[in-house]
Amino acid sequence: MNSPRSAWLFLAPALVVLGVFFLLPVLAALVLSLTDYDLYALADIRNLRFVGLGNYWELLHRPLFWSALGHTLYFVAAGVPLSMGASLGAAMLLNSPLARCKPLLRTALFAPVVTTVVAVAVIWRYLFNTRYGMANYVLGLVGIQPVDWLGDPHWAMPTIIAFAVWKNFGYNMIIFLAGLQAIPPELYEAARIDGASSWRQFRHITLPMLKPTMLMVAILTVSGYFQLFAEPYVMTEGGPLQSTVSVLYLMYDEGFKWWNLGSASAVAFLLFLVMFAVTALMLRLSRRGEET
Amino acid sequence: MAAVALFPLLWMLSVSFMAPGEASALPPPLLPKHPSGTNYRELFVRAGMGRYLLNSVLVAGAITALSLVFNLMAGYAFAKLRFAGRERLFQALLGALVIPAQVAMLPLFLLLKYLGLVNSYAGVIAPALASVFGIFLVRQYARDIPDELLEAARIDGAGEWHIFARIVLPLLKPIIVTLAIFSFLAAWNDFMWPLIVLTGQEHYTLPIGLASLAREHAQDSELMMAGSVVTVLPVLALFLALQRHYLQGLLLGSVKG
Repeated sequence: MNSPRSAWLFLAPALVVLGVFFLLPVLAALVLSLTDYDLYALADIRNLRFVGLGNYWELLHRPLFWSALGHTLYFVAAGVPLSMGASLGAAMLLNSPLARCKPLLRTALFAPVVTTVVAVAVIWRYLFNTRYGMANYVLGLVGIQPVDWLGDPHWAMPTIIAFAVWKNFGYNMIIFLAGLQAIPPELYEAARIDGASSWRQFRHITLPMLKPTMLMVAILTVSGYFQLFAEPYVMTEGGPLQSTVSVLYLMYDEGFKWWNLGSASAVAFLLFLVMFAVTALMLRLSRRGEET
Repeated sequence: MAAVALFPLLWMLSVSFMAPGEASALPPPLLPKHPSGTNYRELFVRAGMGRYLLNSVLVAGAITALSLVFNLMAGYAFAKLRFAGRERLFQALLGALVIPAQVAMLPLFLLLKYLGLVNSYAGVIAPALASVFGIFLVRQYARDIPDELLEAARIDGAGEWHIFARIVLPLLKPIIVTLAIFSFLAAWNDFMWPLIVLTGQEHYTLPIGLASLAREHAQDSELMMAGSVVTVLPVLALFLALQRHYLQGLLLGSVKG
């Protein structure tokens, strides 16, 4: 018989790392968010004062926090459906009997996922350069005036969304593909015999059968997209006119540029709360959908 | 569709071989007139890219090797060893997955500062030494090892470490490869944490080095494309070589429960 002692020896290294470098800091963040930890406290801990919910109160009165939250929600609300749509489209294409060289195609579509965000963001910045970018050149060919993609506050976020969709759709595509392959072909055969159009097959077989996969993918994608940071950091530095400042970008600036670590921790917790609420809401809505 | 996915990457490769200034023209050139490695030479000789590359290899390599050991041990324990509160502890770990890593970053920075590990390799490596996802992956896979095999070894008098190293690890080989690729890619591509903890250029990893170059040389498209190639090529090559393992792991990891 194995003894509990040896089990704990096997667990110890990983648990110590997770405890010291994750769980402990998360708890500390909660405490930190209730203090005015700043550059002065960093220099001498005696300058630290407990401010209760002061940081939260202040943030809720700061327009920049609300606009950062707004930009992040915009990114999630537009990016997630587009990204999932592209993933599902690509997966159905790969799953259709008409597609050729599937392994090659699958690899090509997945390639952007493994690339480094910073490096590909640099490429996109060049593709969407106002004067010499390929995007404006192609639009120019059909007579559309050049767009200042990353310099116009109205266009910067849509450009970042397009970038994120391109970068990420391959990941969910693989999961959808596995989901599609798990649907029994007999269902489609029966539908075809009944004369159902391909649209009706999609609506009445594919979508319902994919629902559990869909929910899981949606939750993972939403939580991933809430963590928007590297894209605006590299492509726009939060600009123009702070139109691409996300919540995490604000946290980074607040914490590591201005060294307001207390207030930055409050930003982090507010983001966590929003993410938690959105995820819980999604789970709830999907459950209600099942009941009716 | 594949063209849309690959076009930016192929063009990156093409532009990286162009002469300085060549890419800033209309219409945007698709292929270099006189392909040359000037940008790469510039990157490695003047911009310190060699150092960043070495740092990235070092950091991602160390994270992969060490986290593999930690996650394998813990995942195996959760799957096969008996101790009180096993299921509850595991559930608690899975529950922690809802907390975004960024919440921990500010106190983590202070902790590492206190330990004197800010701006060191250890500062980047330490927090990545174990992951709930890795433990989960190993546990899922290790549950299929037959208990009789382990009991038989115990009856023969083998110690727990011996069983782990000689019997369990060889059986876990496929998941070891999968987990290794996952860890390496994640460590190589990580941006926010290294950006926070690495304050001096001498420790920069490729993404951080590239981001700082991009801020200085924003107009130098050819040079930046070469930098992107150096950053992206290793992970792309690794993925292409081992994609079967990677994609399997992705599916295994996404089906929670």
